[in-house]
Amino acid sequence: MFLKPVQTILSEQQNNLDMSDTNNKDITMAEAPEGYSGAGFFATSLEKVIGLARKHSLWPLPFATSCCGIEYMATMGANYDISRFGSERPSFSPRQADILLVMGTIAKKMGPVVKQVYEQMAEPRWVVAVGACASSGGIFDTYSVLQGIDRIVPVDVYVPGCPPRPEQILDGLMRVQELAESESLRRRDSPEYQALLASYNIK
Amino acid sequence: MATENKTAELTEIEQFRKDHGLSIKEERPLTTLNLGPTHPATHGIFQNILQMDGEVIVDAVPTIGYIHRAFEKIAERRPFYQITPLTDRMNYCSSPINNMGYHMTVEKLLGITVPKRAQYIRVIMMELARISDHLICNSILGVDSGAFTGFLYVMQEREHIYDIYEEVCGARLTTNMGRIGGMERDLSPKALHLIDEFLKRFPKVWAEFEKMLTRNRIFIDRTVGVGAISAERALSYGFTGPNLRATGVDYDVRVMNPYSSYDDFEFEIPVGSKGDTYDRYLVRNEEVWQSLKIIEQAYKNLPEGSYHADAPHYYLPPKQKVYTSMEALIYHFKIVMGEIEAPVGEVYHSVEGGNGELGFYLISDGGRTPYRLHFRRPCFIYYQSYTELIKGGQLADAILTLSSLNVIAGELDA
Amino acid sequence: MELTNENVLGKIISEFGEENIQDPYNPDGIMTITTNRETIHDLIKYLRDDKELQISFLTTMCGIHYPGQGDKEMCVMYQLHSLRHNYRIRLKVYRPASDPVLPTMTDLYATANWMEREAFDFYGFIFTGHPNLTRILNIEEMEYHPMLKQYPLEDQTREDKINTFFGR
Repeated sequence: MFLKPVQTILSEQQNNLDMSDTNNKDITMAEAPEGYSGAGFFATSLEKVIGLARKHSLWPLPFATSCCGIEYMATMGANYDISRFGSERPSFSPRQADILLVMGTIAKKMGPVVKQVYEQMAEPRWVVAVGACASSGGIFDTYSVLQGIDRIVPVDVYVPGCPPRPEQILDGLMRVQELAESESLRRRDSPEYQALLASYNIK
Repeated sequence: MATENKTAELTEIEQFRKDHGLSIKEERPLTTLNLGPTHPATHGIFQNILQMDGEVIVDAVPTIGYIHRAFEKIAERRPFYQITPLTDRMNYCSSPINNMGYHMTVEKLLGITVPKRAQYIRVIMMELARISDHLICNSILGVDSGAFTGFLYVMQEREHIYDIYEEVCGARLTTNMGRIGGMERDLSPKALHLIDEFLKRFPKVWAEFEKMLTRNRIFIDRTVGVGAISAERALSYGFTGPNLRATGVDYDVRVMNPYSSYDDFEFEIPVGSKGDTYDRYLVRNEEVWQSLKIIEQAYKNLPEGSYHADAPHYYLPPKQKVYTSMEALIYHFKIVMGEIEAPVGEVYHSVEGGNGELGFYLISDGGRTPYRLHFRRPCFIYYQSYTELIKGGQLADAILTLSSLNVIAGELDA
Repeated sequence: MELTNENVLGKIISEFGEENIQDPYNPDGIMTITTNRETIHDLIKYLRDDKELQISFLTTMCGIHYPGQGDKEMCVMYQLHSLRHNYRIRLKVYRPASDPVLPTMTDLYATANWMEREAFDFYGFIFTGHPNLTRILNIEEMEYHPMLKQYPLEDQTREDKINTFFGR
């Protein structure tokens, strides 16, 4: 429809004015999951609560090898500020990390190290391949470069770019947030997931 | 004579203990510590297997090649035009220097003279790149000695440098800036405005950053005398750039073999005296001021004229001409398809990169690709001294030494 | 003394003889001379220690492969720099592919250590007297020297690339 009732337009303008007057709209609260609420209680499924908690506290392990790592530094800096998404603490220890952010070229010499780091991480764990090299080998189709980390570990999100801009890295993180929010608690025990790990020869 | 025999019987470790005032007969076994390749305190992927006596490093065995991407092999298979992206990814903290160093090498082979305006634009971009390189190195040095604030300050400034890059070539980090024969486009009014703004704002930020670290007691205690190297050893190890100048040798390619009109500008070469981490920090700090001086001069005296050389065989014609003129279309096709043949020749050209003399040794056999392209990568050449620098020091000092050398993994392994 | 290509060449020839110093040429302002395996170590030592020349900085060193050139198949290039006089010189040694053996320069320049390891890794040059001649950039298990012209650039284990799309 091309026509809009005058009232709608007026109320939209009013809303816009409101936003500019008060800055409250800049702060968005996490939405409560579906559930039943009454006086003094709120009931929902455990899965959703845990999903909500995980979503807003994903600790990344920055596995930065080359150029994309420099862009990750920019993402950590004040302008782009990855902390806004609950990734305040870059966890360099794999045991405490939730996301493995692989940034940069992974040479064949480095492959076993990536796999070992992945194996040391506790479930649930997600992997983001940041940049063309980690996703597919990028421009380096050479004898020494691993042609994508999905040859050694399962990857959840691919971020394209050579290197991706900080906004793209943030977008990749938000995709993982979506995965974490909607993931079933039983997924990691499912036979499909076990089969996936077995196909990568990961115990 | 008897004492001589006695020293000869000492093993290497015992001799080391003796030299460092430890008891020779100590029974304590050495600890093996694997530092890297993904250690959080090392920036980039370096592996060192350390033999530790308590906190003291007795021996170190470095392993490199964890990000070996075979640049030199790829370069033999790509047309001259398509090698620029590879040079970007070598020292990714200062990509424009690498790009333009490579372009100048090919121009030397082809015998192209670049107009003055293009040379000045190149100087501005290269010095901005040097600033962003030194910003990262010195702020990371602060982070490693426990001062995170400086890092956040200068990261913000680096974003402004990236804005300028973006205006000039469209990319932030891996820039592919310029072309063989000059620049890809002229500086836009907005780019000039951004450079002007940068020149006004940046000195304040950098002075503030210096105030935070240079006379900071903790920083001085952590860095003075750490990882020191003498000028003789540094030359034997092939040091160049800020790391060599920190030892007191005033070798700078910009002055010794001026390229791209560097002889038009007034600037000084800072040198240190002891070659330790603190001197390297000071030299880099001062170089940033000198770079600002160069940018200011180049910006003020930017000559009029063309921003690229008149070399239709090698320089892409403007898009409008491609659609309207037959010759331009043919050149466009030939250049894009990599069907341009270079003359037979052999050239070496070096520029002062962020870390030292960045050289390109190019052999052409008259074909469409280089026959051999060897990169003289400063990081590869001086990282081998790391073992010598950290021996006898403490583990925490080894981390600071690594950051002050500014070893970039992409350049180290190529 | 101002170093020029002529007087440096004259000094070198008078020291090492006409038969050891072959075809000097000047491709890009840097004099390039070819010598042999027996002379190279002494030549670099002489250039470093001579009071007049002081060519005492090893800028870079690399291997080059010319397949099918018989006795001149494998080449090592040394580039030296006199920081005192700002004078550069390039030295080349050619070897047949069956015998790529040269003396090491590690006793003269500390930096030669990794450069020689790189040349060994890429081209298979053997430097006699090198303290630790092992691969440096590639994995230890690699069976060939990848920069030799006969070996392909691309990863041979890849199946998802169709040759028609990549022009090979």
